[in-house]
Amino acid sequence: MNVPFTQSILVISLIKVVVLLFLVLTSVAYLVWFERKVAAHLQGRWGPYRVGPHGLLQPLADGAKFLLKEDTTPAGADRLLYFTAPAITLTLAISAIAMIPFGPTTVHIFGVATPLVIANINVGLLAIFAMTSIGVYGVALAGWSSNSKYSLLGGLRSSAQMISYELSLTLSVVGILLLAGTFNLSELILRQDGFTWGYLPQWNLLNPILPQILGFFCYFIAAIAETNRAPFDLAEAESEIVAGYHTEYSSFKFAMFFMGEYASMITVACLASILFLGGWLSPFPPTPGMDWTRYIPSAVLAASGVALIIDGLRHRSFARVVLPLLGLLLGALSFLCSQPGVIDYVQGPFWFLAKVLFVLFVYVWVRWTLPRFRYDQLMRFGWKFLFPVALLNVVLTSLALVMHR
Amino acid sequence: MTPQLVVFLILAAIAVAGAVSVILQREPIHSAISLITVMIALAGLFLLLESEFIAAVQIIVYAGAIMVLFVFVIMLLNAGAEERTNMSRMARYVGVPLAIFLLIELAYQIGAATSSMTAQPVADGATRGLSMLLFQDFVFPFELTSILILIAILGALVLAQRSEGAPPQRAKQ
Repeated sequence: MNVPFTQSILVISLIKVVVLLFLVLTSVAYLVWFERKVAAHLQGRWGPYRVGPHGLLQPLADGAKFLLKEDTTPAGADRLLYFTAPAITLTLAISAIAMIPFGPTTVHIFGVATPLVIANINVGLLAIFAMTSIGVYGVALAGWSSNSKYSLLGGLRSSAQMISYELSLTLSVVGILLLAGTFNLSELILRQDGFTWGYLPQWNLLNPILPQILGFFCYFIAAIAETNRAPFDLAEAESEIVAGYHTEYSSFKFAMFFMGEYASMITVACLASILFLGGWLSPFPPTPGMDWTRYIPSAVLAASGVALIIDGLRHRSFARVVLPLLGLLLGALSFLCSQPGVIDYVQGPFWFLAKVLFVLFVYVWVRWTLPRFRYDQLMRFGWKFLFPVALLNVVLTSLALVMHR
Repeated sequence: MTPQLVVFLILAAIAVAGAVSVILQREPIHSAISLITVMIALAGLFLLLESEFIAAVQIIVYAGAIMVLFVFVIMLLNAGAEERTNMSRMARYVGVPLAIFLLIELAYQIGAATSSMTAQPVADGATRGLSMLLFQDFVFPFELTSILILIAILGALVLAQRSEGAPPQRAKQ
């Protein structure tokens, strides 16, 4: 944090915050759409398709609905806590994203070169864990302040679950910390650069000293539990305790919990991609001669543009105009991304976002595949299986490191 | 006034106000939240001393783990508002003067000590320096403390088991 306390730093950080906030809130809205679409197709349904082509304007409709619904406060509620609980959840979920680095390059704002991260601090990983660890208060206090037994049960379950799974979550990344020797997220990514035998990327998942497969396994499960998602969504288990901690919430306060859940999903997915999947690093080694792998972002954009145009021509009226236009826009972006000046800038963010999207897809996939844990199963699994496995990973990694030296 | 001093004063004011609020609140859950505020303000103070590691650990361990347990227990017992009682005669005539005396003494000692003392910034983000101290220079006291905590956990387990396993009052003919 040795930054000079000047105005320009403040202004530039503020610009970055506003841009990132806009991007995150938009992706949260479309992550909901994504989840509903994937869920629907997994179950052989169509999902949202009425509002806009392929239901693409559904998030806007949802937002309007949340804003216009009646906002109720239950009688006997602890009003101050009842109002602050959703704010705690959303604020902490979003501010954790400030520590995530999105690419290796710098951008120029008002002539000042600045990296693609808001807060590049030495203990970035710990800071994110700090944010997620106090995020539980949003849920717990919502359960307490609602003056409802279902909410209270949800809050109780959530705080017990968070304490249990936080241990495994933190322990699962210790192996990586031992290998890399730093808490800084950008440095953690740079340590994963290189290729075993010339083609296998040296991401922590495939680390040459000891592949962190056990660590990834533990991190992935503990992260689902930390974000209170199925099969670990006992805090809101609708078949047992109505809607758990947010039973009494309505209107925009409910929307804040909803957005908080999806924002923390994005955070843990970003962290999974940074810690285990090499962050912004490309999975392909540089080829001699013309480096064709650098044109993959362009190719993907062009392919999706063509797909949109073809699909748009099968629709009627509104979508017949909008979808091909979007496709053309993607085509133009694809052309822009293949230009010499721009191509270096898009590599990092492209691979980073691709990995994050993949992790998010698996999250959604898991949610709509596995049934919910029973409470005793949850506790037994967390303490008697996940925690020892994470501990085993730490021991194995330390052993491998000592043998390697 | 330097910006650091302004931030320090704000954080210190939050910490002190939170600490006072811990005592004054009647709902246990409000007291717990006040204590969490104190923890977070303290983490901010550590950050001001450029020890990022301690600041992060302060939040993760105290605000994120220990206080979650406090809140969990308060919610589990569904503890309601406490009753206010007038101070007992003992507290009024012995406790209050002693407390005031302690406060004056502490203020005097801290005031005398800090005039000659300045905080030393730790090199390279404090993580490495701290682990060197903990795991090299002071490894014996560190491990001793861990064993002490382990014994405390075992003791708590034994006490909990005793009252549950064999109920003492089973007066049956």
